[in-house]
Amino acid sequence: MIRIKCPYCGERDHSEFTYGGDASIQYPSLDGTEKEWVEAIFFRKNIFGKQLETWHHASGCRMWLEVERSTKTHEIFSVKPCHPEMKKVLERKDSDAL
Amino acid sequence: MTRFNAWNVFKNGLIGQTDWDRQWRDPEPKKEYDVIIIGGGLHGLATAYYLANNHNIHNIAVVEKGWIGGGNAGRNTTIIRSNYMMPGNHQFYEHSLKLWENLSHELNYNVMFSQRSHISLFHSPAARDAAARRYNIMSLNGTEAELWNLDQLKKNIPHLNYEDARFPIMGAAVQRRAGNARHDSVAWGYARAADQLGVDILQNCEVTGVKRNKGRIESLQTSRGEIKAKKIGFAVAGNTSRLWEMAELGNLPIETHKLQAFVTESIKPLLDQVVVYGVGGAHFYISQTDKGSMVFGGDLDWYKSYAQRGNLPIVQDSAEAAMAILPCLGRIRLIRHWAGVMDMTMDGSFFICKTPIENLYLNAGWNYGGFKASPASGWYFADLIATEQPHKYIQNHNLERFEKGINLDERGAGPDPKLHG
Repeated sequence: MIRIKCPYCGERDHSEFTYGGDASIQYPSLDGTEKEWVEAIFFRKNIFGKQLETWHHASGCRMWLEVERSTKTHEIFSVKPCHPEMKKVLERKDSDAL
Repeated sequence: MTRFNAWNVFKNGLIGQTDWDRQWRDPEPKKEYDVIIIGGGLHGLATAYYLANNHNIHNIAVVEKGWIGGGNAGRNTTIIRSNYMMPGNHQFYEHSLKLWENLSHELNYNVMFSQRSHISLFHSPAARDAAARRYNIMSLNGTEAELWNLDQLKKNIPHLNYEDARFPIMGAAVQRRAGNARHDSVAWGYARAADQLGVDILQNCEVTGVKRNKGRIESLQTSRGEIKAKKIGFAVAGNTSRLWEMAELGNLPIETHKLQAFVTESIKPLLDQVVVYGVGGAHFYISQTDKGSMVFGGDLDWYKSYAQRGNLPIVQDSAEAAMAILPCLGRIRLIRHWAGVMDMTMDGSFFICKTPIENLYLNAGWNYGGFKASPASGWYFADLIATEQPHKYIQNHNLERFEKGINLDERGAGPDPKLHG
């Protein structure tokens, strides 16, 4: 079992999460070339080692997470919310003004 | 090489089994080969055998980082079937099944191929219609296929859960010529037959580097020294992307995932067929070995991984699926489970094709279907390497099919590799 430290819920079994996939994919602009789109949709680096990927805490807070994990050992190096603004929200103290 | 036949078995019975030869040599690598196949699994060994047997090329090496039969060849559930419907896939897997039917004779090695029927259960009218469509397409293409109603099914497999299943069984789609075989024997049989035709099988020989000279590969650096080759074939499903990167070729439409399989303790004969169950998110396939163990498997582990190590939630899922259709297994003990790493592709179909490097050929992307495919995979990969022309059955099994929009997506699951189970 992989244990993922959800920034909101704490450390949980990976069976609470759904696997998203490669988080490093950059989609081209809508008027990008066909080649760029084929590359983004169908081709993968398929890293042997540390990679960035997304997980969804489906049976928890339902946040999408960006996880740095080794595909060789399953070790997790970092977990953070996908949404850039979410980090600020999570670090806010109750005393902070809204 | 002593052939396996009734006389030699009888003779060796009298003299204490002392007159058998080594099954294959353990040669030192030569400096150069006409063809090097990387990967001593079923596909690599079959390719070497058919290159020698069908195309009269004998200066061949198969290089394997571990021992032959130690990768996915020994990590599968040994199911053989040809119930595919996409053009190309259907003909390919049907040819593979035909090769299986004669394989023991061809290799002079008993691969224990057993055509015990492949029974794919359905549980709803929609699933029955989808099965009928697929099996009608098979029939139209010349592969015998049947739909069984509940009475036929009960008569043939009396102990499925017909009483109180959450998803009541309605019937099954059946391929009678399908079945399974002994996986180790297939590796050993191909290795022995290829070796007899002059193929060098180099075990403990890991490729550590690929030396390129512009558009060609000049040589391979291996743990047993540098070896030159005129032509090189990759047959390392699971680790294709790693070699691809060594050859500086960029990305592939492949993700590496792992799939588990399970074996129980031996019991008396219980199940004469291969039974497949897929409903409500579950995916499960089971058969009984000749030793009496139940062998079964389920879904992928869902996340990308190169670790040949399975996770526990899938053990639970598979056990639940087993209980759902065969509740009589409730007290059986699991004795082993293991995971193999597989190339899951963007449309669930394989690649046997040329590459951007002129003397490099690719055999990859076998998803769930590598074991049954191995004879035809070797056959058509050898054909491609020898003739330089893709056979018409595999003309779309290349890396360009995605940009051309000719995806071979049997399940219609879209470009997400983990969904093509």
